[in-house]
Amino acid sequence: MAKPKLGLYWAASCGGCEIAVLDIHEKILDVAAAFDIVFWPVALDFKYSDVRAMEDKSIDLCLFNGSIRNSENAEIAHMMRAKSKVLVAFGSCALEGGIPGLANLTTKDAIWNYVYKESPSTVTKNGGTYPQTHSMMPEGSIDIPEMWETVKSLDQVVDVDYYVPGCPPQPEQIWGVIEYILSGKPLPAKGAVLGATDKTCCDECLRERKEKKLKKFFRPFEIQTDPNECLLDQGIVCMGPATRSGCGALCTKANVPCRGCYGPPPNVTDQGAKMVSALSSIIDAQDPQEIESILDQIVDPMGTFYRFSLAHSILRRVEKS
Amino acid sequence: MAFEPKIIGFLCNWCSYTGADLAGVSRIKSAPNVRIIRTMCSGRVDPAFILKAFQLGADGVIVMGCHLGDCHYQEGNYKTIRRLPFLRRLVKGFGIDPRRLRLEWVSASEGDKFALLVNEMTEEIRSLGPLKLSVHHEIQQPVAHH
Amino acid sequence: MVTINIDGKSVEVLEETTILKAAEQAGVWIPTMCHSEHLEPYGVCRLCSVEVVRGKRSRIVTACNFPVRGGMTIHTNSKKVQWLRQVIMELMLSRWPRVRVVKEMAERLAVKEPRFPSLERDEAEDACILCGMCVNMCNDVVKAGVLGFAHSGIKREVVLPFDERSDSCIVCGACAHVCPTGHIKVILEDYRGKKPEFTLGPKTPIYVPTLQAVPRVPVIDAESCIHFETGGCEICAKVCEPNAIDYSMQDEIVEIEVGQVLVSTGFDLFDASAMAQYGYGRLDNVYSSLEFESILNSTGPTGGKIVMKSGKEPKAVGIIHCIGSRDTNHHAYCSRVCCMYALKFAHLVRDRTDAAIYQFYIDMRAFGKGYEEFYNRLLDEGVTMIRGKAAEVVEGCWQGNGEPSLKIRCEDTLIGKFREVPVDMVVLCNAIEPRRDSDAVRRLFSISKSPDGFFLERHPKLDPTSTATEGVFIAGCAQGPKDIPDTVAQAGSAAARILSVIAKGEVEIEPVRAMVQEEYCSGCKICNNLCPYIAIEFLEEKKVSHVNEALCKGCGTCVAACPSSAMTGHGFTDAQILAELDGLMI
Repeated sequence: MAKPKLGLYWAASCGGCEIAVLDIHEKILDVAAAFDIVFWPVALDFKYSDVRAMEDKSIDLCLFNGSIRNSENAEIAHMMRAKSKVLVAFGSCALEGGIPGLANLTTKDAIWNYVYKESPSTVTKNGGTYPQTHSMMPEGSIDIPEMWETVKSLDQVVDVDYYVPGCPPQPEQIWGVIEYILSGKPLPAKGAVLGATDKTCCDECLRERKEKKLKKFFRPFEIQTDPNECLLDQGIVCMGPATRSGCGALCTKANVPCRGCYGPPPNVTDQGAKMVSALSSIIDAQDPQEIESILDQIVDPMGTFYRFSLAHSILRRVEKS
Repeated sequence: MAFEPKIIGFLCNWCSYTGADLAGVSRIKSAPNVRIIRTMCSGRVDPAFILKAFQLGADGVIVMGCHLGDCHYQEGNYKTIRRLPFLRRLVKGFGIDPRRLRLEWVSASEGDKFALLVNEMTEEIRSLGPLKLSVHHEIQQPVAHH
Repeated sequence: MVTINIDGKSVEVLEETTILKAAEQAGVWIPTMCHSEHLEPYGVCRLCSVEVVRGKRSRIVTACNFPVRGGMTIHTNSKKVQWLRQVIMELMLSRWPRVRVVKEMAERLAVKEPRFPSLERDEAEDACILCGMCVNMCNDVVKAGVLGFAHSGIKREVVLPFDERSDSCIVCGACAHVCPTGHIKVILEDYRGKKPEFTLGPKTPIYVPTLQAVPRVPVIDAESCIHFETGGCEICAKVCEPNAIDYSMQDEIVEIEVGQVLVSTGFDLFDASAMAQYGYGRLDNVYSSLEFESILNSTGPTGGKIVMKSGKEPKAVGIIHCIGSRDTNHHAYCSRVCCMYALKFAHLVRDRTDAAIYQFYIDMRAFGKGYEEFYNRLLDEGVTMIRGKAAEVVEGCWQGNGEPSLKIRCEDTLIGKFREVPVDMVVLCNAIEPRRDSDAVRRLFSISKSPDGFFLERHPKLDPTSTATEGVFIAGCAQGPKDIPDTVAQAGSAAARILSVIAKGEVEIEPVRAMVQEEYCSGCKICNNLCPYIAIEFLEEKKVSHVNEALCKGCGTCVAACPSSAMTGHGFTDAQILAELDGLMI
């Protein structure tokens, strides 16, 4: 019997998800033994045309990481969707836009203007130039992908079967997912989140929690935190309560507040709004001015509450004005 | 066609919804632009509802609750006076004019105030113009557009 | 018991009774000038001197303080006694020739001109006669110890310490009460009696709260009762035959657990002094409706007689409607009861006096059963109805005799003329307004008020007695101005509603409740502090929160706050509200 076929792809992301796959260490050999890897640009030399030539639904499993930032990401997403039986949004970027999604806080114009013209390290001639999607060279024409205005999650572009959250997904969770698929057990319902639980980060966090009342917020560098006490109780904005568990509460173990990479827990549509609702509930002030001054202590609310989920939040991006 | 603002009103059951009812019973004329959703308490209004309203095409959202100290549930509206300013920071962050999100106290006896606020809000939104978000476009034509 | 003989009458009296009391029992009058039943006998005026015969011995004693012995024979009118009384009376008369009580007693004892020279002091007819009753009252009964005697002989007088107004004086008025000549006067503003409700005469520290009080027993106002100030007096205890007076009773705060509450806290009367044009509080004989009601009351300060401050019957009475009601400057609403009680006032004034009666009204609202008929009857009784709101009440005088009067200025809209109507008495029909503490009561029970300030019913037509708060009902003027039949009907309805719940034995509560989906709760403890009803507990062993559904009132604050959306509810769920939103945006 032929081995099941596996494809992996890296769209707009840092590549950490690919490393995470390798972080399952020697088990990668089991993966190689169990699967016939047919597409993995970062590790093996495959051409898009090879995949395009394959029959539809001929790939059994595709782990797709990275958000959709440009026309190439989208093209491959559509291609992998067509060729794969099971398409998995792998990692925060594919799942909900991730860090690249923060680009939705600004515009393509602003980004280009900075990157190609105004950043201090850029040397410009004649006021600088932007990359052109189509340019003519003596040797012929060159086409490069077009960068989109808005960063999208994978499921905003193509139909996704399963989601594996995390920035990056934890190796043991990855192995768990692969092992499950290899076991031949019936697959979960479409749209399921794999490699994570239904609870929140607090469930795995070992810190002692109290009933909350907050008068002041701190940034992590501002105070010496108690390693055994809930960071939120100590005034550190920790996204743990509004973040799906599965990572093993890695960050809080390292004395750093949860940043929300595993995305919203089930039933929550907007991680940022939920966290805002929760935090404002426990602020210990009734006077509008005092409330405003407490809120002022939270620097960069958009970046804090939507660090990973902006592109997949209810409003998705900042309105271009 | 002239622009008619769509405004979503989240009204608490005990004060503001009753106040709105009073406005109706008293035959006080007010703009028909506010579409009301009743919640038991203004403290029930999840910020996500408000963002969702904007996503679905609301040009403004007004949350009304009991006056401070008058909450039927003792202090539900005190959560609201913290949630709304906090949410307003996000709304601003999303590039939406914060005037499109309003929090007001309307008691069961203030039918006239309800009507006044509805008219005021409608006129304000009318002057701000329709709220255009790219997400509107994406939601209508979702997958496989690009 | 002993038997004695007074003026030939044989009487059986208790041993140790004074002769004065025994004589009273025998129906024999003995004159006194320094005796009060509330005081210990003092025996200073000597006017009660009688002749006591025992065996062969006869002696003169003062009846007020001499105890009887068995077999005593007493002559109160013997030659010897008559002579003695005459001398005493002549001495008193020469000392206080102008004092009314002395003159009256002298007349009664047939004493005319004293044989002694008069002191020729320029004294008033209520001058002090040094009977000492005030001093004894102040020292022995009230125990304030303020009054005392100074000097002796003809310079003797009753004085305050150092002749100055004393801080020890508790202004109880007992000295004035006991003073036979009226020499001691209490200035009313200092009177320590309970502040009268309608400034129509003082009340005593012991009083029945209202005529309709249940149980109808007197109470003591500890703040103004002498006993609670000095430990003295106790006169009420002495005169109370069933021994019902208990000074040791304390105020008690009794906590009663109830499942339902009927709020029927009534109303306040609009203070007409806010409308200066009607002269209330400034002009005499301008009364509020409740004050006039009190005047009409047969147990009221005037015994039900309609009289002016001067004590005379008014020649004309003006009744002004809509004081503070149907007036956008004060209360826009109609107080509903005024038209009809104004007609009742007119009817009673017509019944009890010959006064002309004028009603100044905006509209007559005789809306109830039999009311229109009553209105027509009043018209037949000759009450003058003037349609037009009175503009002001000013001082004037009657044409002819020039006696002072009041004048009501108004526009009579039926004849289109400006009028000035002279009257002696003005009755204002004050608006019914919400009680001044209604906001506090409202918060106490979590109920709302309507724009007029009265408590808000759940539905004006379908549910007029219940409120937005389960188990709290309202009735009477607390809900809005209404007359007695309407109040009784509403209260009856509220009582029936309350009883129906009691009879059922169980309470149906709103199904809207929060609940925790434990599979999603990670125990972040954000919700635990939010609930004002302490309905959210934390289950330590499961590390999840849990909602006590009996305590939860369903406000949904915790549902909105839950960062993991583990908290949800029966009703008003996220999905329901978002579906509503979807529907509304079409």
